[in-house]
Amino acid sequence: MLQPLFGLKHLFGIAGMSREQITSLVNLGDNFIDINSRSVKKAPTLRGRTVINLFFENSTRTRTSFEIAGKRLSADVINISASTSATKKGETLLDTGQTLAAMQPHVLVIRHSVAGTCEFLSEYLENTALINAGDGSHEHPTQILTDLLTLKHNIGDIKGKTMTIVGDIAHSRVARSHLLAAKIMGYNVRLVAPKTLLPAFVENYGCEVFHDFDAALQGTDILYMLRVQTERLTTNCYFPSIREYHETYGLNMKRLKAAGDHCMVMHPGPMNRGVEISTDVADSIKSLILEQVEHGVAIRMAALTALCGGATEE
Amino acid sequence: MTDILIQHGHVIDPANQVDDVCDVWISDGKIEGVGKFEGEAQKIMDATGLIVCPGLIDMHVHLREPGEEWKEDIESGSRAAIAGGITSICTMPNTEPCMDHAGIIIQVIARAKEVGLCNLHPIGAVSRNLKGKELTEMRELSRHGAVAFSDDGKAIWHAGVMRKALEYSSSFNFLIIQHAEEKQLTEGGAINEGWVSTQLGVTGMPVEGEDSMIARDIMLTRLTDARYHVAHISSKGAVEQVRLAQKEGLKVTTEAAPHHFALTEDEVLNFNADAKMSPPLRTEEDRLAVIEGLKDGTIAVIATDHAPHHEDDKRCGLSCAAFGIVGLETMLPVSLALERSGALSMSDLIAKMTCNPAQLLHLDEGSLSKGSAADICIFDPKKEWILNRDKLVSKGRNTPWHGKTMIGQVQYTLKDGRVVFQNGEL
Repeated sequence: MLQPLFGLKHLFGIAGMSREQITSLVNLGDNFIDINSRSVKKAPTLRGRTVINLFFENSTRTRTSFEIAGKRLSADVINISASTSATKKGETLLDTGQTLAAMQPHVLVIRHSVAGTCEFLSEYLENTALINAGDGSHEHPTQILTDLLTLKHNIGDIKGKTMTIVGDIAHSRVARSHLLAAKIMGYNVRLVAPKTLLPAFVENYGCEVFHDFDAALQGTDILYMLRVQTERLTTNCYFPSIREYHETYGLNMKRLKAAGDHCMVMHPGPMNRGVEISTDVADSIKSLILEQVEHGVAIRMAALTALCGGATEE
Repeated sequence: MTDILIQHGHVIDPANQVDDVCDVWISDGKIEGVGKFEGEAQKIMDATGLIVCPGLIDMHVHLREPGEEWKEDIESGSRAAIAGGITSICTMPNTEPCMDHAGIIIQVIARAKEVGLCNLHPIGAVSRNLKGKELTEMRELSRHGAVAFSDDGKAIWHAGVMRKALEYSSSFNFLIIQHAEEKQLTEGGAINEGWVSTQLGVTGMPVEGEDSMIARDIMLTRLTDARYHVAHISSKGAVEQVRLAQKEGLKVTTEAAPHHFALTEDEVLNFNADAKMSPPLRTEEDRLAVIEGLKDGTIAVIATDHAPHHEDDKRCGLSCAAFGIVGLETMLPVSLALERSGALSMSDLIAKMTCNPAQLLHLDEGSLSKGSAADICIFDPKKEWILNRDKLVSKGRNTPWHGKTMIGQVQYTLKDGRVVFQNGEL
């Protein structure tokens, strides 16, 4: 058995994590940034470890990010996506999970549209560490750790800072994970969305809720834009048109300026230019979007190391 | 000579206002008397310390036969019923094919008689193929044994069809049982909409889905002077509406399932698919309102909505899992908590599982009246035991009470004077 670092057996979500665990992972990720900028991007940390990326939902950045992270640390990385998997042949999620676990990987990285997939599988897969790479609208912990690393580099201590998350909060696992992380790490979250894109009792997270984007700008340190997850919308009635959505909730230069010179822009991707974010903002010097992607690799290296990079316990 | 004497038990027979330590004696499968027995009996059962009451009636059960026998069949469901002290079950029509014509009604009744462990009273479909469009031949179904009508599992959503169903059924004094759910508000939902669904990122079903359908139906009941029964009531708003309708004198009745007065939505915080059902577990406020409704009589009946599923249909993540839990074997112990908390007297509690549903469905059951069938439940109200889902008699393993301590246990179930269940021997 491997001894996991920071007391992390799995990485299901920000829920249940301590401030120390979050800080340790972010700092470990910080140490890995260096490897990614070297000419030879390889370290032996995870030699002999097997990581399987099991992605039931489409993903480019997260899956590639985990793949590169594993490979740069010398792990054997296998990618499985739903379109080529046994799921198409009628196999259940549980059988797919158990089948892959029987091949004795150290870590299964899972993305699935069903909330709680990792929690569910963990009841049956006893010897495999699980990383949640996004489960429905529930949690996306490595994205939040990534964001915290990017913020560490750009604004230093996040304590007391205000992050304004704008858009499809209802379907966003990123928003939920940030709301949980904000409480643990001591930053403020403002949510901006029409009621159609907000979940019930969201104010219970202890955040401020706005329907008027302009009213939320002042005092914001980070503007965090979300894509409208059209694939999860059940009717056409969440907002009347992209035109009106962009007008009301899109981040343009005018709004960015109104937020003040110190304000940074983030987005977990993929972006829809001209919907939640205008091109000039996305490409502006205030945008941390590509830095988030870069740090995403470092954080996933940290996550894999935490779960399977520890000393072997005989 | 009397066949069987049950002596020294605490006999509770709400229909006859009996609540006393006394004897019950049986001859030819029928109740011969309740009181102080003098004479000789072939067989004596000692019920000291136990409660002796009429066999329980569960008016809301899904048995899956015909069509989905791997989930439950009439035999396994009958066995589960008697293990729960239940001697009469009313089964919902959403079998495959569904109970929308006499053939299926005749078939399930015949099969239940063959099994011979408990009474089975089918509830006929309101609409053909449960499609909510054309009415079934209710008179014919009734003639063959249907005791009420419902499209349970789905609501009769179309207001015009519902109006006609209420008008037609009430012309013959039939009861319509509604699964009150406005699908346009609950589509895609898996659990109650609220703080729990928000934290889990799981689509919720707002309480208004239930409440709005009941509001509409009460108006239609007023319009049609029909007999309307709300199945598995789960929300505060719904209980309040039924209470007001009853005050107004409308023929509106309702039932509550044990899980709705025993559990809340917190049960699914760990993504437990065995606590997923429709209507879903709701908030503490709703749970207390259901108990209040039971206390003041708004809710006259306790019924389980026993909904067995195969494990494969539950082991796929909360949002994909099938709706429903098993309930026959936990109805009595879970409900007994209402007596211990002082919400209901033992007699009132037993009435909600015996004579009240019998009266609603015009069944000649649910009492220990002289001459009635000797269907009897004998239970120990204090016996503690731990529920193990693998030991359930039902084929379904989908219970939220796995590993939980139950207080109260059925010791004997008699059907027509025959001991069909004895604790520890089935």
